Amino acid sequence: MARWGMVVDLDMCTGCGACIAACKEENNVAYVSPEEAEKGRAISWMQMVNFVEGEFPNVHIKYMPRPCMHCDNPPCIKVCPVHATFKDEEGIVGQIYERCIGCRYCMSACPYTVKYFNWFEPEWTESTIASMNPDVSLRKKGVVEKCTFCHHRLQKARDKARAKGMEVVDGDYTTACADTCPTQAISFGDLDDPNSNTARLSKSKRAFRMLEDLGTEPKVFYLSEGEKNV
Amino acid sequence: MFDATDYEDFPLIEPIENTGKAFYRTVVVLVAVIVFALFMYVRQLRIGLGVTGLNEPVAWGFYIVNFVFFIGISHAGTLISAILRLSKAEWRRPITRMAEVITAIVLAIGGLHPILDLGRPDRMMNIFQSGRLQSPLLWDVTSITAYFTASTVYLYLPLIPDIAILRDRGTKPKWLYEFLSWNWKGTEYQKKVLERAISILMVMVIPIAISVHTVISYIFSMTLQPGWHSTIFGPYFVVGAIFSGIAALLIVMIAFRKVFHLEGYLKEIHFSYLSILLLIMSLLWFYFTFSEYLTGYFGHEPYEMKVFWYKFAGEYAPYFWTMIFCNFLFPLIILSNKRTRKIPGILAASCGVVVGMWLERLIIVVPSLTNPRLPYPQGVYIPSLTEWSLFAGALSVFVLGFVLFAKFFPVISIWEVREGRERAVREVTERIESYLPTPHGAKSG
Repeated sequence: MARWGMVVDLDMCTGCGACIAACKEENNVAYVSPEEAEKGRAISWMQMVNFVEGEFPNVHIKYMPRPCMHCDNPPCIKVCPVHATFKDEEGIVGQIYERCIGCRYCMSACPYTVKYFNWFEPEWTESTIASMNPDVSLRKKGVVEKCTFCHHRLQKARDKARAKGMEVVDGDYTTACADTCPTQAISFGDLDDPNSNTARLSKSKRAFRMLEDLGTEPKVFYLSEGEKNV
Repeated sequence: MFDATDYEDFPLIEPIENTGKAFYRTVVVLVAVIVFALFMYVRQLRIGLGVTGLNEPVAWGFYIVNFVFFIGISHAGTLISAILRLSKAEWRRPITRMAEVITAIVLAIGGLHPILDLGRPDRMMNIFQSGRLQSPLLWDVTSITAYFTASTVYLYLPLIPDIAILRDRGTKPKWLYEFLSWNWKGTEYQKKVLERAISILMVMVIPIAISVHTVISYIFSMTLQPGWHSTIFGPYFVVGAIFSGIAALLIVMIAFRKVFHLEGYLKEIHFSYLSILLLIMSLLWFYFTFSEYLTGYFGHEPYEMKVFWYKFAGEYAPYFWTMIFCNFLFPLIILSNKRTRKIPGILAASCGVVVGMWLERLIIVVPSLTNPRLPYPQGVYIPSLTEWSLFAGALSVFVLGFVLFAKFFPVISIWEVREGRERAVREVTERIESYLPTPHGAKSG
């Protein structure tokens, strides 16, 4: 069985934000007005986090794209009162929108702040309605949502593989952010597959994970920047 | 069936039988506030939780703060009343009833707060259909329901003989007292059963009460968040709860003494004794607060320190230092001095403690959320009109609950006061004689 994970090469990431836009398009993320976004009500499953290092004039800004970490030991699942958030056997942390009661305990418990709440009945702009993804269910007011590692793509890939009598393997499916990244900084695949490029990168000496010392065992790896950027 | 001896405790019965204009005026004002709060809640249901000041990353605000606060106040009652009964403190007799009423009303209010906070209250039943017992929220549901059941029964049982007194007097509405008195005749057998039931309940209620605020603290301490992930949160919350509970009890006692003219029942000594308990809890609270923040500061973990400075010198510093003043310095100064430990001083200190403990809950819930680990812009939380009006509504429900209770039932246990007059002196004398050291040479008994 696959164990899906992601590696982001920070040496290649330019911080352009294409992954953020692609994610919103792919997953029918609701539109939030600028005024509400200002208040912190925007939903962005993929987020660009910038770490400012050093002091002027030797300042260095590090961009880190931040999806859900899909922890192997997820703090959000432990606290959910109704089984609305869960980890499936392939390691993907999912959210059942139709069961969520909106208590936002998972939001408070997530050290990576990847969970988002629908503060209002979601709205979409006309252009997004025209290009909506039919594979992704819409969320309603009052529930929590988050990155699913484009789980609907996995289901499609699984259907295809099953038709051939096979299992889904590395390379059969990738996420929208990895697909879009113009510098191919994001790679997505099976972390347990020895032939997988993603698995190989995740074992690189440059590889690290966010807030590793918390013991949440995230499945999103980052490759630290090489010397040329320092 | 008119019983002449009932004039003895007429001040306790008078407010039930004679309704003044003040009663109606108070009820109208309170109901108006509650109706407005309900309107705001319905609006929140229709529009969404966006009408609050909550956001990303501050997912919890006033509703959770008030939940912790109100459940904390509920420890006034049953716990104090049970401990005083258990330790045979004779001065408890005019106090226990009010303490128990606080618990019942405030628990109902506090227990409703998480529902106000839900994004989908219509799916609340999922907690029972697909609840996860591993989630601290389920621990809360369990222990709060247990506490509510136990404390309402614990309020009702000692009320039965008093209801029977009202029934025998023919107080209106007759059917109510007829129904609630359970055919109480005051026979020896009935008395024995009642006493037995009360003594079983008072022992049972203590661990339940402690478990309630312990598991409420677990909501926070079971997460990994800086400022929350602390082992002393359980006892810290329990101490805070009892502390705020005693303060609330003192305020209620002073209010009823003034309004119902109960100076003959609630004497200076009752306030003096309870306020010394308040002073002890204040010191204990400070000890816990000191230990909590000193360990955080000494370890100097970066994320922990972000929250620490946010409270000590950042945006929450005004609240933090007001809390220290209200919960520690102010009660310490007033209550440790015999001259200021009089009713006005005690009232001021108690009001201070209630405000301070509310601030404490705010200071625990919000700063850990406004300072997430990842370097986002710092979160801001400004409660909206909706949250303020629901807060006002909750306070009004509390007062209204008390006003209505006092309209129908005596706020001081009549039969227990009478029992005290009849037996207390003899019993206490016997008890003291039983443990006085025997003089040398005398026969030990």
